[in-house]
Amino acid sequence: MVATVSTSHDLRRSPLPPAQEDLELLLLIRHFELTLLRLFETGELSGTTHTCLGQEYIPVALAPLFREEDFVLSNHRGHGHFLARYAEPHALLAEIMGREGALCAGVGGSQHVYHRRFLSTGVQGESLPVAVGVALKLAGTGALACVYVGDGTWGEGAVYEALNMARLWRVPLLVVVENNGIAQSTPTREQMAGSVAARAAAFDVPYHRVTSTEVDEIRAGLAAPVEAVRSGQGPLVVEFVTHRIGPHSKGDDSRSPEEVALAAGQDWHARYAAAFPDSFPALDARARERVARIAAEVTARPPSVWERG
Amino acid sequence: MTRVSEHLNRALHDLMEADPRVHLLGEDISDPYGGAFKVTRGLSTRFGHRVRSTPLSEGAITGIGAGLALAGDRAIVEIMFADFAALAFDQLVNFAAKSTSMYGRPVPIPLVVRCPSGGNRGYGPTHSQSPQKHFIGVPGLSLFEMTPFHDAGALFAEMFAQERPCLLFEDKVLYTRRMYTGGVVDDLFAYEVRDGVARVFVDGVSEPDCVLVTHGGMTHRALEAARALLLEDDVACELLIPSRLYPLPELAGLERARHVCVVEDGSAGGTWGAEVSRVLYPRLWPALRRPIGLLSAADSVIPAAPHLEREVLLQADDIRNAIVEALS
Repeated sequence: MVATVSTSHDLRRSPLPPAQEDLELLLLIRHFELTLLRLFETGELSGTTHTCLGQEYIPVALAPLFREEDFVLSNHRGHGHFLARYAEPHALLAEIMGREGALCAGVGGSQHVYHRRFLSTGVQGESLPVAVGVALKLAGTGALACVYVGDGTWGEGAVYEALNMARLWRVPLLVVVENNGIAQSTPTREQMAGSVAARAAAFDVPYHRVTSTEVDEIRAGLAAPVEAVRSGQGPLVVEFVTHRIGPHSKGDDSRSPEEVALAAGQDWHARYAAAFPDSFPALDARARERVARIAAEVTARPPSVWERG
Repeated sequence: MTRVSEHLNRALHDLMEADPRVHLLGEDISDPYGGAFKVTRGLSTRFGHRVRSTPLSEGAITGIGAGLALAGDRAIVEIMFADFAALAFDQLVNFAAKSTSMYGRPVPIPLVVRCPSGGNRGYGPTHSQSPQKHFIGVPGLSLFEMTPFHDAGALFAEMFAQERPCLLFEDKVLYTRRMYTGGVVDDLFAYEVRDGVARVFVDGVSEPDCVLVTHGGMTHRALEAARALLLEDDVACELLIPSRLYPLPELAGLERARHVCVVEDGSAGGTWGAEVSRVLYPRLWPALRRPIGLLSAADSVIPAAPHLEREVLLQADDIRNAIVEALS
């Protein structure tokens, strides 16, 4: 059975403001990511990072649908996934900066975080089979494994091997596809024949497409299908049609100014700023200041220490 | 008499009976087929969904095994032919092995990937390789090989105790041979297993002319060479056969020999033997009378036709001739 449920946001309709805790989480992730780009510019961050600017609402919408015993696997663009699961920005920033109090002693960095029931890793598609294994362990307990992937990930064969077994064995696996229309520098239309929907259908895996960027609307649409995953009905693919408003990594946006403007036009941040001029700016400023304090505090910490086993 | 394949099968039965956390995944491993080499016979009947025949997806089943291990269970994955382990390289190297340390603390990944390896059966280039060398030197990954001397149950226990992914190579020809018991190999040779290393020796010879360091799949060819060397060339050989190939365990007693030679079935170039000699040279340098010998298969694919396959893979005569030449 393949069910398709679409939700959509009507921009002409004045949205209801999200709950304050959702807004605060959205803004925490937004300012966390903006701060990382700023720290790179000033030479205080090394290596690489991939921000989720514009996509923050996805993990925020999903957060209350998860239970403590669920296991979330994430990818290279995982800061938002982490902060929505565990609101520990100090520890995450310390990991990215290699400072005391880091989640993984600074060994993993931006793309390799394992904390409680959250694990991210940096090779595309690799986490899907791992997620099937975790889901196999969780089957029958009511818990699920969730794995975040992008549109580019669907070029990897591991995705299909994993989907096949997930469906054959009906494991509680939630595949969240963040389709932001571009894989690093390659537009999705140039790297994907057919569609995610058709690929899910080929494996007889239920599929939901989400076009809304409103967390309440997304949750309302996903509550029942996610519950079905828990109850043993098998895996589910949820594709979010989303927009990357920042660069792939840092300063490497190959899109035209028009394309970037088009993506920015979908930004929840700009929309809320316009729709809620009385309440939003204060919340926004508070989040910005909070992350600035976190960055100052973490930057001042001594380097992390790795006790090699 | 117990064949090596039967011995492995019994060990898997005992392991799955004793430890409900253990899962087994692989292609065509369920009854009545019981695996391409029958090593998993009876397990699916007895242990139900803990034993899963899978689609042809070596990469994903290795990843699924790693996921089970990450979540607190234990997994054994069978790769039907060791050549196909190349399809699981990413999951082994980039996920399972790296995850044991890249999160800044030890993360247990109790995963064993069984790989039927080796040639001399005429299966041709993609079903005959001994690909151990491709997995050597990967941080977080251990290599083991079945031998006719080592208890498989103890090997599985040792591998899971590592809490990191392990490859277990099982030579396909070895499957049909018997397990040695009671310290006796044959009328000439005895054996003992100490600290994970099997030592095969001529009773009463304390200072052998030559020590052959080899792996499980080469046992019988090395033994045949040692027999001929003793009876026809008056050269006393000892064999050291570790069950763990990487990291290499302590190989005791090598200082006593006039010559040390590493004998392996992998193709020449970037070999296990090179790694063994890298470890041994600093220790043995003062005692060595000549370079450590390195014998391997040719730098070649493995042909299907038996006469061509024999030319490429290392045979007993090749070993004997090389030792005679080295000691002459």
